[in-house]
Amino acid sequence: MSTGDVVLSVRDLRVTFGTARGPARVVEGVSYDLHAGETLAIVGESGSGKSVSTLALTRLIPEPPGRVEGEVVLAGQDLLTLPPGALRKVRGRRIGMIFQDPMTSLNPVLTVGRQVTEGLEHHLGLSEKDARRRARELLDLVGIPDPERRLGEYPHQLSGGMRQRVMIAIGLACEPEVLVADEATTALDVTIQAQIVELVQRLQAELGMAVIWITHDLGVVAGIADRVLVMYGGRVLEEAAADDLYADTRHPYTAGLLASLPVVGEAGRRLVSITGLPPDPVDLPPGCVFHPRCPHRDDPRCATELPPLREVAPGHRVACFYELPAEARR
Amino acid sequence: MTDVALPPHRSRTRDVLGVLSKNRLAIVGLVVLLLLGVVALFGEWLAPHSPTRTNIPNRLEPPSLTHPFGTDELGRDILSRVLVAARVSLQVGFIAVGLSLAVGVTIGLVAGYYGRFVDTALMRFMDMVFAFPAILLAIAILAVLGPGIRNAMIAIGIVYTPIFARVTRGSVLSVREEDYVRASRSVGASGPRIIVRHVLPNVMGPIIVQTSLSLAFAILSEAALSFLGLGVQPPDPAWGRMLAEARGFVRVAWWMGVFPGLAIVVTVMAFNLLGDGLRDALDPRQKSVIESRGHLL
Amino acid sequence: MSGYVVRRVGQAVVVMLGVSVIVFLLVHLVPGDPIRRSLGTRFDPHVYQLLYERAGFDQPLYRQYVTWLGNALQGDLGVSFRTGRPVRGMVLERLPATMSLAFAALFIGLVIALPAGIISAVRSGSRTDYSVSALSQVGVSIPDFWWAIMLILLFSLTLGWLPPSGYKSPLESPVGFLRHLTLPALSVGLISGSILTRFVRAAMLDALHRDYTRTARSKGLPERVVINRHVLRNALVPIVTVAGLQLGFLLGGVVVVEVIFAWPGLGRLAYDAVLRRDYPVLQGAVLLVALSFVVINLLVDLLYARLDPRIRYE
Repeated sequence: MSTGDVVLSVRDLRVTFGTARGPARVVEGVSYDLHAGETLAIVGESGSGKSVSTLALTRLIPEPPGRVEGEVVLAGQDLLTLPPGALRKVRGRRIGMIFQDPMTSLNPVLTVGRQVTEGLEHHLGLSEKDARRRARELLDLVGIPDPERRLGEYPHQLSGGMRQRVMIAIGLACEPEVLVADEATTALDVTIQAQIVELVQRLQAELGMAVIWITHDLGVVAGIADRVLVMYGGRVLEEAAADDLYADTRHPYTAGLLASLPVVGEAGRRLVSITGLPPDPVDLPPGCVFHPRCPHRDDPRCATELPPLREVAPGHRVACFYELPAEARR
Repeated sequence: MTDVALPPHRSRTRDVLGVLSKNRLAIVGLVVLLLLGVVALFGEWLAPHSPTRTNIPNRLEPPSLTHPFGTDELGRDILSRVLVAARVSLQVGFIAVGLSLAVGVTIGLVAGYYGRFVDTALMRFMDMVFAFPAILLAIAILAVLGPGIRNAMIAIGIVYTPIFARVTRGSVLSVREEDYVRASRSVGASGPRIIVRHVLPNVMGPIIVQTSLSLAFAILSEAALSFLGLGVQPPDPAWGRMLAEARGFVRVAWWMGVFPGLAIVVTVMAFNLLGDGLRDALDPRQKSVIESRGHLL
Repeated sequence: MSGYVVRRVGQAVVVMLGVSVIVFLLVHLVPGDPIRRSLGTRFDPHVYQLLYERAGFDQPLYRQYVTWLGNALQGDLGVSFRTGRPVRGMVLERLPATMSLAFAALFIGLVIALPAGIISAVRSGSRTDYSVSALSQVGVSIPDFWWAIMLILLFSLTLGWLPPSGYKSPLESPVGFLRHLTLPALSVGLISGSILTRFVRAAMLDALHRDYTRTARSKGLPERVVINRHVLRNALVPIVTVAGLQLGFLLGGVVVVEVIFAWPGLGRLAYDAVLRRDYPVLQGAVLLVALSFVVINLLVDLLYARLDPRIRYE
């Protein structure tokens, strides 16, 4: 897939939550560039900070207890310094969001139509009638049959897959430059997952959007992403073009994630799993955040020093002191 | 909404005490209640004067150093009466709530655990009792039993039984299908044994919260009944009674009406603060409050 | 929708029947002979005989209940042991006073609770929030009758603005009615408002932290729209329930305030009946209050279904 200019540039993004036990450092120093038409996947377990890092882009984090620092530059504007009014002109208009779990992310007491049209009316100044017509087109676009009828229905009257499609229609409504899809397919069964993935890809090609695809499943990423960011404990451990990540894995954590994928033909069987628990964001381990669970923590610096994110190949960065032997890179 | 990892598991009791100790208002409530407990136990010794001895020449004296809360229409020391009355208020509160606790929790456990017909029958019955406004039901019960402190306890106890039944049943339903309960059932443990061993300990949180909040309402109810002359009988001092006696004199002696009322407010508030604190620590779903607060008036 | 309504109405009927049994048994649980207790030691044996037969005490209990229920369904609630007047009239003439006090108090409660609870939740953690929470905490701890005495002390006895007690029919004197209504309505309404404030705040906070609110924000809607359209609409569902419950309790639960203000409502009628051991009147008042409570609950649930489409289409 061809990629264009940088549309979104994230630098040293940090998110902290005040908790009773002290500050929880949920996202620590995440940086990346997103190009027009590109699909960036952010991969990590739950608790890795992947969702929070994207909510922070448009400051959808409750502040307090949250605090967002760093730079998020969209078309020359740092979103983190924008006044609330200007930020609201970005939300939904230039950065669209698709949340996981459409059951709770859609408003149960408003009709589907209302939830799709309100953004159109607000951002594009469409009349109620025009917004409704556009909403009908959007539902049609995301593959919802009989859109006219669905507009008048409530979320609980739709199936899970249909709800997710409504979420997508809401995210796409104003044709944003950046679409963030947070575990958009996790709650769905495999066939519908595939349909949704295909749908987003098609729309992306048609509309030229950049997509940030958040998932815990490297398997989903394989077919869709141009580039992958592997997050753990709030930090980026590895960043690479999707093909490189699979062909030339450098970080032990990424290797562990790949090894734990179910193997085709041995459905459901997980070969290797990473032992231990993800780190506590209030009490992050010293040194590399992954070292307590790492099978290769031989370097004395692992437990004391934070490995910098260094470029090991063009466009391939990894935060690890250890050189994964070629055979372990698959 | 965020995918922040949960802190490592710690002991439940310690968690509860931890949360509670950080809640300054709950601590205030607890301290006030401990002081009230002391007053209830040693009221007669703490009281500067006799709570019942009349002293007509001294009647309706405004607050002074000798009588910090003033005297009433019979010259009795209001401070002493307020102190001594703490016992009867707490006593009625605790016994009445103890009654609703015992009956309500049993009904809730049985209904929730056995389900089906037993559940429907018991809970519908509780609904019926719940359909009467608290104070009116208490009055109606006292009309049958006759006025007096013992009957007031029974009446208040009956009134607050359905809340405990509901709270308990709700919690039982949520733990009934947990693995450990299923496991005990599958190895043939008897119903009552499972209830006492496994279900009860796991529904204690909401029940404790409800107990604290119900104590607040029970004390309010006792005050109301005594105010109406259906609760504590003269010459024993009770805050509600003192307010009833004050009614005719507030124009000339505001202190007669103010201090017993403040005593009620402070006591009730202490139980409410403690209950809120316990709820934050034990029952984050906040189910219990909904029903009791609606029932207050 | 219709299935839900039918089921809910069916439940209400069952509860009403149960309520009627409890109210009926009330008299029969009185130790000894209730008529004798009511009439005292000196009475006319002829009157006694008349009341005895009228109450049907010579019949077996279940027959008595069936007769009593049959009569009650036709609006015949028996006669007062004291005055011989039909209970139905005595109860119905108290209804306007009770209803006006209940609605006025609920009105005051909501006028306080909606803005206070919403602001408190939206500015959660602010100084405003703490003040509102502190005031409502005090409010829920105040006995209504003490509050009533304090208001009388201030507004009637000291300032002389409002009458300390009594009732004026709104037909005779609308202004007098309102002047007499103000203090009792404030006594109950301020406390009701404190209770409701806590619910409104909790319901708003709950809705504010839901995923759909985040979705609404992610659309870039103005905060005003997020609060009014998304948060408040969802919070209204539990708020309406609690407000309805409050109304139900206000209809029968303000006995002490009615007594203090000599407000001729059902609560005071019941209280007077207790003092006079006039059991049929007590029965009638309690029955009416409990039934209106059940009916209000039913209406609230149906309104709930209007507000929450998940129930509507079940």
